[in-house]
Amino acid sequence: MTIGALPPWLSFFTLPSINVRLVLSGCIILGLCSGVLGCFTFLRKRALLGDALSHAALPGVCMAFLLTGTKDPLIILAGAAVSCWLGAISVDLITRYTRCKEDSALGMVLSVYFAVGIMLLTSIQHSGNAAQSGLDKFLLGKAPSMLDRDVWTLTILSVIILGAVAVAYKEFKIISFDPGFAQTLGLPVRVLEVVLATLIVLAVVVGIQAVGVVLMSAMLVTPAAAARFWTDRLSIMAVLAGVFGALSGAAGAYISYLGPGMPTGPWMVIAVTSLFAFSLLFAPLRGFVPRFNRTRRTRRRTAQENILRTLYVLGERENRLDASCSETELLKYRPMRASALLSTLSQLEKKGLVAEDSAGCYALTSDGIETGARLTRLHRLWELYLATKLELAADHVHDDAEEIEHIITPELEARLTAALANPGEDPHARRIPGGHPAAQAGEQT
Amino acid sequence: MTLTSNAPAAPIEVHDLTVAYHHRPVLWDVDAAFPESQLIAVVGPNGAGKSTLIKAIMGLVPLASGEVRVFGKPVNETRRLVAYVPQRESVDWDFPTTALDVVLMGRYGHLSLFGRPRKRDREIARQSLEKVGMQDFAHRQISQLSGGQQQRVFLARALAQQTKVYLMDEPFAGVDAATEKAIVVLLQELRAEGSTVVVVHHDLQSVPEYFDSVMLLNLRLVAFGDVASTFTPENLHKTYGGRLNLLTEVGEKLRRQEWNARQ
Repeated sequence: MTIGALPPWLSFFTLPSINVRLVLSGCIILGLCSGVLGCFTFLRKRALLGDALSHAALPGVCMAFLLTGTKDPLIILAGAAVSCWLGAISVDLITRYTRCKEDSALGMVLSVYFAVGIMLLTSIQHSGNAAQSGLDKFLLGKAPSMLDRDVWTLTILSVIILGAVAVAYKEFKIISFDPGFAQTLGLPVRVLEVVLATLIVLAVVVGIQAVGVVLMSAMLVTPAAAARFWTDRLSIMAVLAGVFGALSGAAGAYISYLGPGMPTGPWMVIAVTSLFAFSLLFAPLRGFVPRFNRTRRTRRRTAQENILRTLYVLGERENRLDASCSETELLKYRPMRASALLSTLSQLEKKGLVAEDSAGCYALTSDGIETGARLTRLHRLWELYLATKLELAADHVHDDAEEIEHIITPELEARLTAALANPGEDPHARRIPGGHPAAQAGEQT
Repeated sequence: MTLTSNAPAAPIEVHDLTVAYHHRPVLWDVDAAFPESQLIAVVGPNGAGKSTLIKAIMGLVPLASGEVRVFGKPVNETRRLVAYVPQRESVDWDFPTTALDVVLMGRYGHLSLFGRPRKRDREIARQSLEKVGMQDFAHRQISQLSGGQQQRVFLARALAQQTKVYLMDEPFAGVDAATEKAIVVLLQELRAEGSTVVVVHHDLQSVPEYFDSVMLLNLRLVAFGDVASTFTPENLHKTYGGRLNLLTEVGEKLRRQEWNARQ
């Protein structure tokens, strides 16, 4: 089979034309830069800054065209950078010299600059200048029409951005975490903040080519937000956010290759948001599903341990630890839904801790007795601890112990045993399994 | 100026310090010299300007008037001599970093701009964590620490700065009894090494037990001196009792007129 005969969904990966290569590399570069840089705006809780700055780029794009009459990427992007910068300065001046808070300042700057941009754009479009066609692509991006020169410009800008982050990583980290403290160390916090804002301006400039001013902020915020779910380290988070951004860039390029009518920028945003949704659900550390599973496992284990202990205590009363017990009896001592009891019992059976006899009654196996004894021991140790060390009344300690018995580790058990001098009896004068033999001998007499 | 005298300069001196937020003064004319090798409490009611004083000394808020000197020199020249422990709530503890990393930030003032921490810096950071009893939590993500442990991390960060003067903003706020005890022991060690520690403090009862000197503050300096002679019922009454209605009202007027008290 020749390459030309491959279906589009496969032929993309052979990078068939120079155009595909340009679009793909442009989108990946943009995703990478905005992802890495976005970590700092995200952690500084300045996510909206990217949005305001990208909207503020539009008047610059139009002015650059009006003044020079060309659409050379360097000139247009320089114009974008200048008006972005003015936007950043406007936000800073408003927050510093008026009583407006930063969110209001961002909101105002975003809409005013965008309004001016749209006004300029409309008047350019009605000017009859034939060269203007395509300028409106800066609104929503124009990845498919990227040229060699565009991609080279992006590459140089991205090297500047990533290089600056690598060099000033430590400084960006501290001004993101504790700018006040950084200032007391004598670090030039103000200068660093300006540098960071300038880098964001550059990232926006990189981004508006492919994604457009309207959607650019998603590429700054979402990769960082998604990466935060996977790690507790800033360095790993920055790398992950870069990878997420690059992946969504590639996905956007891919989808717009499949359907020539498909817009690249919006698809990049959809792709990065899908990554975010996936992280939100499945990231092992903070994802929703793993957290839910952990809770469910704990709840299940707690139910199993409760049943084991109930069987053990009932066995104690009959002086036969492997005494069998019907479901009704169990429910009497341990009120719970009958269906939950049944499923818990069958889990215990599978673990070989409980056996069901022909009459449908349940008894502890020898392994079950061992586990039941340990749980009962923990329960009674904790009751005794509360009663003696915290001087709580003996009839108030049961409910606390009911919770604590499930979480005491062997180390805590050892410390409890030592603190209580390996006691033989709990506050209700019941034997503590594995307790001091002398005390137990005493109890029997 | 009296600064030209031959006596060794105090660790921190503030002269005629006035601080205003939006033209409204929150501290008036504070004049004080903090003595060396002492534990000094800054005490006063809410809104008395205690944190503001600390921040003003650290150069974190602009001064409406007056000056701050550290060992006789302007504070900008002596940044590395003063370590600052901000209030615990001043940062987001969900930041993706570890306890050791935060402590390492205390070394940043000793590094060149863009310079990486060296092995020795890591060693100092680790020792600082050990001094506050947190060595086992070095690699723990900071949001997983309890409030008291987070406070200890902040203290360790200040220790890593290896200085002689410490300004601490409410290090005892919301910490458990064990942490409070650990902090007190640490403060006493610092004093024994000749350090000066200024602590914004809320619990009046423990002032005589923990501190050598006390500064009573309520919008202005009420009294400052050793605990035995300064921490008296009369001074406390002056600090906490009797609202300073006139002072507050004048401050409010200044704000409305948008007129700087010291211009």
